Amino acid sequence: MAAPVLVVGYFYVFPFFNTIWLSFTDARPLSASGAFVGIENYIEVLSDERFWNATLNSVVYALIVVPFMTVLPLLLAALVRDRIPGIGLFRSLYYIPAVSSLVVVSLAWTAILKDNGAVNNILVGSGLIDEPISFLTDRWLLIISATLITLWQGLPYYMIMYLAALANVDRSLYEAAALDGAGPLRTFLSVTVPGVRVMMALVATLSMIGSLKIFTEVHLLSGGTGGIGRRSETLTMYIRSIGMDPSYGSLGGGSAAAVCLFILTMGLIILQRRLERNKES
Amino acid sequence: MSTTSLRGARLVRRYILLVVVLIAMLGPLVIPLLGAFKAPGEAVWGPDATLIPQQWSLEAFLTLFKTTNIVQYVTNSLIVCAMSIISALVLSSIGGYMLSRRGWSGRSLLLLFVMSALIFPFESIMLSLFAQVSGLGFRDTLIGVWMPSILGAFHLLLMRAAFLGIPDEMEDAAYLDGAGEWVRFTKIFLPQVRGALTVVGLTAFIFAWQDFLWPLLITQSDDRMTMMLGLTRLMSDFGTDYRVVLAGAITALVPILAVFFFSQKYFFRGIEEGGLKF
Repeated sequence: MAAPVLVVGYFYVFPFFNTIWLSFTDARPLSASGAFVGIENYIEVLSDERFWNATLNSVVYALIVVPFMTVLPLLLAALVRDRIPGIGLFRSLYYIPAVSSLVVVSLAWTAILKDNGAVNNILVGSGLIDEPISFLTDRWLLIISATLITLWQGLPYYMIMYLAALANVDRSLYEAAALDGAGPLRTFLSVTVPGVRVMMALVATLSMIGSLKIFTEVHLLSGGTGGIGRRSETLTMYIRSIGMDPSYGSLGGGSAAAVCLFILTMGLIILQRRLERNKES
Repeated sequence: MSTTSLRGARLVRRYILLVVVLIAMLGPLVIPLLGAFKAPGEAVWGPDATLIPQQWSLEAFLTLFKTTNIVQYVTNSLIVCAMSIISALVLSSIGGYMLSRRGWSGRSLLLLFVMSALIFPFESIMLSLFAQVSGLGFRDTLIGVWMPSILGAFHLLLMRAAFLGIPDEMEDAAYLDGAGEWVRFTKIFLPQVRGALTVVGLTAFIFAWQDFLWPLLITQSDDRMTMMLGLTRLMSDFGTDYRVVLAGAITALVPILAVFFFSQKYFFRGIEEGGLKF
């Protein structure tokens, strides 16, 4: 009977405190301990230009993803809400990107966005542009391409969450809006949105947590490098690189950066909650 | 359930919109993957490449299965999936049951830890987990790949909610009959939560099949790689013949889509109940 407690303790609770401890030690990658060095790792990480570059990339990525991820799936849910014939099939088919793994999805999008991939072929072939757009090598274009993949893959998932919320919106409000002669947009803004406000706040928080730790999309789009000179590297890529590399890395430094990721996530969630509370009052 | 108020032209417009969105949702996945069916020598990139294969061929799949380690990758993934499913089912049902019972000390503390694990980024504790799993000697092993997903916080909370939903009268009756705790658990409680257990098993499978970052950290040798790592391996080995990489992507997709289509009901329930992101 003690097994679940031990698992929770060893895989959830201990790593949290261990990460904080490691961040104050000089532990090397591939070792498990080191000597206490105070805040040295934090000074080193916080004065590392690469850390700020990576943090900026992750934050910009999150700031693009969160608003779209909060609104677009709601539109999608409104589209598949009415139980017209065949709607179940549409819902299931829409869900396919969400269930396809990020690796497969990123690989498919690489084929679309490469310099000689489908999008550039069409644009160059039709004479709209002369030079291919470097979606996967330019610092910000790569980040934007990653947000596109994240959004496209995450939409159906949040769509299902919104569908559950929409089911609880009072139907008679829609009838009243129709009687008042409100158009689709007006109905959406004054009935649907207020009806799912709590869910919107939850989706915003969840997508914030999810997007600040962005790794896979950027890792794969950049071929595992983080782009030329690591310019598109994200915070999680930085943590992995610093914390794991046996030659120049430092487990203590990587852990300090990991603590920063945690503080950043919590800070932005609290900020977001506060903004929402202000909006309500 | 009321059917719909949509009629005539509005209904037609709705279907047109549904189809347009369908193309946007599936096109970026399906069209690139079609490249796997191109014949040898057909361009996958560049100005000569067509979206649809000019000549359909399964040659890329033959190359994939004959010359790469794909069978090993799939086997490894299935082994990790099996271990994750079993551990998640056993531990989440016992743990969820414990968390749903009142009157033992430490319950609310445990619940607090589990809940905070839900919002806690795995990425910020992965270095410690790596050191722990390596310390136990499981670096570069399938057991090492499995370990951090031994039990998801979401699974514990889902099972706790399922057990809380069982009326007290049922347990009281069994209690009066003189049934011990273990008998009550296996005979009264478990059969009541079969639906929730199905959700746990499914999500454990999907998570284990798709996980990328952790296997990337803990695995080194080719014959320990899971399917997702194997795919990136194919990307670097077959950069010149991308058809093989795409064939690998389709191979990675088939099991998950099959499971999805046979179990949608539980799938969507899993999302609605716990907010689990795959």
